[in-house]
Amino acid sequence: MTAIPQISADTLANMEKQRRRARVSSTFRYSLLIIVGLIMVYPLVWMFGASFKTNAEIFSSPSFWPKEPTVQGYIDGWQTSTPYTFAKFFGNSMLIIIPKMIGTAISCTLVAYGFARFDFPFKKIIFSTVIATLLLPNVVTRIPQYLLFRDIGWLDSFLPLWVPSALAGDAFFVFMLIQFLRAIPRDMEEAARVDGANTLQTLIYIVVPMLMPALISVCLFQFMWTMNDFLGPLIYLSSVENYPISLALKLSIDTTEAFAWNQILAMSCLALAPSLFVFFMAQKYFIEGISTGGVKG
Amino acid sequence: MAELQLKSVEKMYGNGFKAVHGIDLDVKDGEFMVLVGPSGCAKSTTLRMIAGLETISGGEIRIGDKIINDLTPGKRGIAMVFQNYALYPHMKVRKNLSFGLKLKRKPKDEIEESTGEVSGILEIDELLDRLPKQLSGGQAQRVAVGRALIKSPEVFLFDEPLSNLDAKLRASMRVRITDLHKRLREEGRPATVIYVTHDQVEAMTMGDRICVMKDGHIMQVADPVTLYEKPANAFVAGFIGMPEMNLADAELSLDGGAKLTLAGQTITAPADLAARLNAAPGPVTMGIRPQHMTLTPDGEENAFSGTIHNIEFMGHEVNVHVTVGEASFIAVVPTSQFDLKLQRGDRVGLRPTGTQMHIFDKASGENVSLAQ
Repeated sequence: MTAIPQISADTLANMEKQRRRARVSSTFRYSLLIIVGLIMVYPLVWMFGASFKTNAEIFSSPSFWPKEPTVQGYIDGWQTSTPYTFAKFFGNSMLIIIPKMIGTAISCTLVAYGFARFDFPFKKIIFSTVIATLLLPNVVTRIPQYLLFRDIGWLDSFLPLWVPSALAGDAFFVFMLIQFLRAIPRDMEEAARVDGANTLQTLIYIVVPMLMPALISVCLFQFMWTMNDFLGPLIYLSSVENYPISLALKLSIDTTEAFAWNQILAMSCLALAPSLFVFFMAQKYFIEGISTGGVKG
Repeated sequence: MAELQLKSVEKMYGNGFKAVHGIDLDVKDGEFMVLVGPSGCAKSTTLRMIAGLETISGGEIRIGDKIINDLTPGKRGIAMVFQNYALYPHMKVRKNLSFGLKLKRKPKDEIEESTGEVSGILEIDELLDRLPKQLSGGQAQRVAVGRALIKSPEVFLFDEPLSNLDAKLRASMRVRITDLHKRLREEGRPATVIYVTHDQVEAMTMGDRICVMKDGHIMQVADPVTLYEKPANAFVAGFIGMPEMNLADAELSLDGGAKLTLAGQTITAPADLAARLNAAPGPVTMGIRPQHMTLTPDGEENAFSGTIHNIEFMGHEVNVHVTVGEASFIAVVPTSQFDLKLQRGDRVGLRPTGTQMHIFDKASGENVSLAQ
C-alpha cells in the first residue's frame, strides 16, 4: 500500500490563492465586457425608450425610461408630413429589396457556378476583373452610372436599383459563392451528370440545394444593405411616392421646422424591425454560410 | 448487347502531361472487368473517360456498336458508383435512387416499382426515407449501388467503391457485389462491369478478367489464374500476389539445362524452365513466388545459400526473409514445417520448387519463360 501523500498547509494556501486570483480575474473581465457592451448598446436602447417620450422630454433627461410613456410619436410619425403614410415607404422598400434580392441570388449563383466549375477562354482575366471591382470604391462609379441610367431614361424608377444586382453586379456575393462552391466536392455534380442531368438541371437540383446556406447569407446581406442604403435611392429616386424608408426618415428631418425627434426615433425603431426580424430568422444559416464560405475559403 | 471497346484511347492534359498512352481494351458483354494498378496508373482516369467525365484526347470508345466519344455521360448508357458514394445530401434515399429516372421523365408508377425492386435487392427498404447523412458507410454504399442499378445501364462503372469501408465491411460488400453480378447474369440481364481498385485482393476475387495498368499503359489483361501463374512481365509479377514475387537479377546460362547464377552461386533451374525459355543466356531477372521456395539446411545442392534477416510469424505460415548477396528473398513456409530453432543471422539454403519459376528480360521486363 502506498501512503496517500499529505498536502502541506503551504500547498493548500497556494491553491486557495490561485483560485481567488482566478475569481477576481474573471469578475474583472466580465465586468469590463458588460460595461463596454452596455456602452455600445445604450444608444439603441435609448432610441427605443425615447421613441415613447414626448418631444420635450427627449432632451431633458439622458435616461432611457420615459416618465410619461406615449405612443403619439408612432402615430404622428406613421402619418408623416407627406400625403403618404409610412406604410407606403415600407412598401417601396420591399419593392426595391425583394426583386433585388431575388435577382442577386439568381445572377450571382449563375456567375459563381460558371467561374467555379467551368473552363472557358479568358477566364482568369475576366475573374480578375470581377474581383477588381470589389476593390473599387462605390463612389467612383456613381457618376458614370448616373449618366448611363439618365440616358436610358430610368431615373426616378426602381430599375437602376434592381438591374445592376440582377446582372451579378455585386462582386462580393459572386466571390462569396465561388469560395463556398470550391469547398463542395464535385462528385455529386458528376453523379448527376451520369444520371442524365444537363448543366442547368445539375445547377438547379444539385448545386443550389447544397449552396443554400451561402445563398441565404447572400440574401440576408443584400436585404440589410439595401434596407440601409441611402445614397442609391437618393440619387435615382426623385418623387416622394417612390421613396424607401431610408429617404422617408430623412424626409421628416427636412420638412419640419422644429424636428419632431420622437417621431423620427419612433420610425427609426420601426425601420430597424424588418432587418432584425430577418436576421434572427435566418441566423443559423447565415452563420453557416459565411463561416464555410467566405472565411474558410 | 453491351460490349465495351477501347481503341487506342489517349488522355493528354493541357499542360502536356500524357496520362493514358493509347490503350486497347475489349470487355465482353456481361463481363466483370477489374482495372487495377498502383496509384497514378490512370485507372480512374480511364474509367472517367468511359463515363464521359473526362474528355478523350485520341482514340475511340464504343459501347455495343455505337461510338460514345462525344456523348454526354447521361446518354452513354452507363451508371457509376463513386468512391465516396456521391449521394445527393439534400435528397432522401428514395429520391437519390429515382433521380435518374425522373430526369428521363419515366412515369411515376414505373419509378416507384423500380425503386421498390432495387431496394429489395439491396435490402435498403427501411432506409428509403432517410437522408444520406443518417446512413452508415455500408448503407450509403448500398444506396450508391442501388442508384446505379435502378437505371439498368449497359455498363456499370465502379470507382474504388469499397476503399472507404473498414476491412470487415469491405469483405462483405465484395461478396454482395459479385453476387449481384451473378444474379443479374442468371436472370438473363447480364451487366458489363468495369471496376477500378488498387486492392489486388478485390481484383483477384471479383474480376472475371483483370486489367493491370501502370503509368497509363496496360501491362496485362487476363483472368486471375493466368495473371498469377503466367504474369506477362515483371511488373505484373511483382504487383499480383501476397507477399509479392521475389525478383532478383541473375545470370542465365543454358549449357546442359538452364542454370542461374546469383551472388556467385549457381543452381540448376527446375527441369521445365529450359523448355519454356525464349531467351538468350546472359543477365536476366528471375522471379519466384515466396510460396515456391523451400528452406533447406545450408550448403545443400541446388539451393542458394543465404542469411536470415527477419522472421515473421503469421499463424498458419511463417515468412522468412533471406538475404543472398545483394538480393533479398521471402520464403513462405507452413508453420508445421518450420524449424522453430531458426533465428535471425542463421545460414540457410533456399531452393526453388515446382514449375513456377519465371525469367524476365532484364531490359524490357517481359516474361521470357512462358511456354509457346
